[in-house]
Amino acid sequence: MDIVTPGFTGRPRRDGPALPPGQYLEEGFPVMSAGPTPRVDIDRWRFTLTTETGVSKSWTWAELRALPAETITTDLHCVTQWSKLGTSWRGVPVETLLEGIDTAADYAMAGSYGGYTTNLPLADLVDGQAWIAYEFEGEPLPAQHGGPARLLVPHLYLWKSAKWVNSLRLMLTDEPGFWEQAGYHEYGDPWREQRYSGD
Amino acid sequence: MSRFAWRVGTLVASRPETATARTLVLDVPGWPGHLAGQRVDVRLTAADGYTARRSYSIASAPDGTTVELTVQRVADGEVSPYLTGTFAPGYPIGIRGPVGGWFVYSPERPEPVLLVAGGSGIVPLMAMLRAREAAGVRVPFRLVYSVRTPADVIYASELRRDRPGVDVALHFTREAPPEARRPPGRITPSRLAEVGWPPDFAPTVYVCGPNGFVEHVTTILVAQGHDPSRIRTERFGPSGP
Repeated sequence: MDIVTPGFTGRPRRDGPALPPGQYLEEGFPVMSAGPTPRVDIDRWRFTLTTETGVSKSWTWAELRALPAETITTDLHCVTQWSKLGTSWRGVPVETLLEGIDTAADYAMAGSYGGYTTNLPLADLVDGQAWIAYEFEGEPLPAQHGGPARLLVPHLYLWKSAKWVNSLRLMLTDEPGFWEQAGYHEYGDPWREQRYSGD
Repeated sequence: MSRFAWRVGTLVASRPETATARTLVLDVPGWPGHLAGQRVDVRLTAADGYTARRSYSIASAPDGTTVELTVQRVADGEVSPYLTGTFAPGYPIGIRGPVGGWFVYSPERPEPVLLVAGGSGIVPLMAMLRAREAAGVRVPFRLVYSVRTPADVIYASELRRDRPGVDVALHFTREAPPEARRPPGRITPSRLAEVGWPPDFAPTVYVCGPNGFVEHVTTILVAQGHDPSRIRTERFGPSGP
């Protein structure tokens, strides 16, 4: 049993969909970014997939947009305790980009314009769990929220959904990304409350 | 005990900073220490077991088991009205951390520092100023602090104090004091160029505030030639998509 903080009552208890432990409901859409927002010109935008053997494949903006896209409605959970429910996105499944790629990798490092990185198991990027998303609520994804395109992996804490994504490097062994080196959890499952290393 | 285990923090004192912001002085037995700029997670538990958690920046330089937070009351908030109101000396809260290894200042670093604060974004930047002072280093600092009105200035008397090597510039967006030389308004590129460091000094820049403010300031700084990799940001508050 936790210590009780005297006089604290909190908001009226809410019915409805359960949130992951420690999360609260946010109606806005806060921004978590470690630095300035990169401004990426779609004429120069490239997304590059590199395998563990160094073989790489790139897509231009037009090539990405020509791939079959999906509409995703999902909840978002940020490690700073807010959750936002029922957000709507459109993007290309990461699995589509992996088609025909010869790899034995178990892990991937997503990289972004601006230098951000985050690591994920490859198994979490397939089977309808991850997208390169370029629309939010029916509009082009704004730069502040990761546009022109970000990784969307909504079953993990939102720092895994790399904004301004431009690469995916497949790896045989796991390596920590930007926040993971700074003490955040290597996997980041909100339902198991894996916020920090060791949680 | 892990850095990320929950500890019990007890309020030992609190003091008003403005009409809506209050500094909470907590004693946290076992506190592992922190770097200026880091945050904590706090957990409040109601009598029925309901808990609410929030993240707050640490305001104080490292000092044993004492951790100071400055909390800005949000009118319709769930936690901040309690922490700036009912929360009294002797009361416990859950606390863990420190959190965040990027938006931090270490007094060993030799390069000049530019701090740009919007509203209660001053809190982690104040920790950096205080850490500089506590370490007795002479690294040149400039602080640009944008607030709505003179009454909204947190740490006003401490910021008025003369510190060799530290320049403090207040900027008012809604209402300027009578002695101000310019009308209130959003901070401009020329004002930032005047009170900040030139890009060729290669300062490390820390920008903290509401997202719209951080976006505005970092866009100006990058356009003026500051290397984006030297600009570290901490943002708060919702923003429209």
